[in-house]
Amino acid sequence: MQRLWRQFRQSPVALISLAVLVAIIAAAVLAPLLAPQNPYDLRQIDVLDGTLPPGSQSLTGMTYLLGTDGQGRDMLSAILYGLRISIGVSATATIIALAIGMTLGMMAAYLGGRVDAVIMRLVDLQLSFPSMLIALILLALLGRGVDKVIVALVTVQWAYYARTVRGAALVERGKEYIEAAKCLRLSTPRIVFSHLMPNCLPPLIVVAMVQIAHAISLEATLSFLGVGVPVTQPSLGMLISNGFDFMMSGKYWISFFPGIALVVTVMSINLVGDRLRDLGNPRLNR
Amino acid sequence: MFVHILTRLFQSLVTMAAMAVLVFVGVFAIGNPVDLLINPEADQAEMAAAIARLGLDQPMWRQFLSFVSGLLQGNLGTSFVHNAPALGLILERMPATFELALLAMIFAIVIGVPAGLVAGLYPERLVGRGIMGASILGFSLPTFWVGLMLIMVFAVWLGWLPSTGRGETRSLFGIEFSFLTLDGLRHMFLPALNLAIFKVSLVTRLARAGTREVLLQDYVKFARAKGLSPARVIFVHVLKNMMIPVVTVIGLEFGSVMAFAVVTESIFAWPGMGKLLIESITRLDRPVIVAYLMLTVLLFVTINLIVDLVYSVFDPRVRLSESS
Repeated sequence: MQRLWRQFRQSPVALISLAVLVAIIAAAVLAPLLAPQNPYDLRQIDVLDGTLPPGSQSLTGMTYLLGTDGQGRDMLSAILYGLRISIGVSATATIIALAIGMTLGMMAAYLGGRVDAVIMRLVDLQLSFPSMLIALILLALLGRGVDKVIVALVTVQWAYYARTVRGAALVERGKEYIEAAKCLRLSTPRIVFSHLMPNCLPPLIVVAMVQIAHAISLEATLSFLGVGVPVTQPSLGMLISNGFDFMMSGKYWISFFPGIALVVTVMSINLVGDRLRDLGNPRLNR
Repeated sequence: MFVHILTRLFQSLVTMAAMAVLVFVGVFAIGNPVDLLINPEADQAEMAAAIARLGLDQPMWRQFLSFVSGLLQGNLGTSFVHNAPALGLILERMPATFELALLAMIFAIVIGVPAGLVAGLYPERLVGRGIMGASILGFSLPTFWVGLMLIMVFAVWLGWLPSTGRGETRSLFGIEFSFLTLDGLRHMFLPALNLAIFKVSLVTRLARAGTREVLLQDYVKFARAKGLSPARVIFVHVLKNMMIPVVTVIGLEFGSVMAFAVVTESIFAWPGMGKLLIESITRLDRPVIVAYLMLTVLLFVTINLIVDLVYSVFDPRVRLSESS
């Protein structure tokens, strides 16, 4: 772990990305404390302050650093609250998908035979369609809502984890420590969960990093299209969508700043993930 | 070879069948088909008549049989909103999506291949690093937000290009196309560029990886040793060989471009099948959604089949591994 951190530190880009990522997550978690106003408390917003450009002052003397939207909400506060929903939904979905994918991938690798064939066929079938399309169709049938978005994001992700874990587990299964565990007559679940699984984790973490960035982006796209989270829980995608109507009259900030928040989040996750992948790749280890 | 084609064809049919079952289960078993397939604004008598007409009072296996026979006859239901066959509605809008996806792919190649080539030739220089940085940015930028920014800059601020609709179309083989008129091309430019961004990044990365790999090959060293000019080595020996993986991926990605057109079309009000899908979702026009789904499955299965077969023609290893 320490060796990994030392190597990770050598890339300044990755280090900055990690710092940005930590800051974003902290901002999302602490949104109610950091935000200048609660954008969904109707007593704190004033419709008269609607669509003010960045830097304007409200009637009460408060400064809107990033401007306000059509209802007079402070964009900075709306973005902080939106980040919370975007990251929360995507992270929850990723953890559930990870659990499902890991279990099925392990089963496929360890049991082999028909179980393996059925699970991997299912994975192949699903991965031959773009995740965007699967999520869109699922939400079309299920309707909108936070829980439904999570279901859709889990459905599009599990197959990646199942495939990665299976690959790693097939390699690990042949190693001596597993043989030793078998000779000790440990039970199959014990071998799988306490011996095989921990050693399959590193590649999985890299895939999960890429996937969580993908999930955030996908959630934003779905919410933008109006099939994602409900209006009462606006994620970044919905904030951008709200600004679309004002865009034609040149009021760019309502869509622009939530978009920047989204891009910075996704990009910092991707850069950290890239670095982790390079470190995990033995061919690049000099 | 013949056996291989038959096997793959059979596998594709199995995939289609599996997806049809999934759609049936999704619509008829999990969802309530009365809600899904009958116009929610219908009154009690109309509702009962529609249930009888659609056979929803029949047992499940009978419903499944009639769903399958409908599929085989190309009958995928009738749209509530447009009151026309769902399949026809989608096919009508397909050329618009198709030409948009095609132009996006052309953008991806024209921008991505040279960029990847340069990045692969000079991986340590600033230009190479810059191109790779831009490609990570391209992967991270959400398509819909880039679309909005393109509209903002080119349509609202600069006023150079139009941001909605297809513009003037001209008919070719009885189908209307935008790329045949100047006005149509102007309308196509922004949406196609938007759709291309993700693929530009992908092609750039592939081209870079391919270039770096090819540069190490003996035939490149030999070509250099023969005293060929560097330009000839790069444009003939390197470019030709590095294009192989690029062409494969472009073939495979075409379907995903058609799928992502859903986003681009709704932003740029491009009247293609993706926009129809979103409109159908917001208006709960389920027959159109089901028809879109089945048509897309068919499209993807066909693309995968073609790519696989082309592969087995060019790469004997694929054939041999199947027969052994």
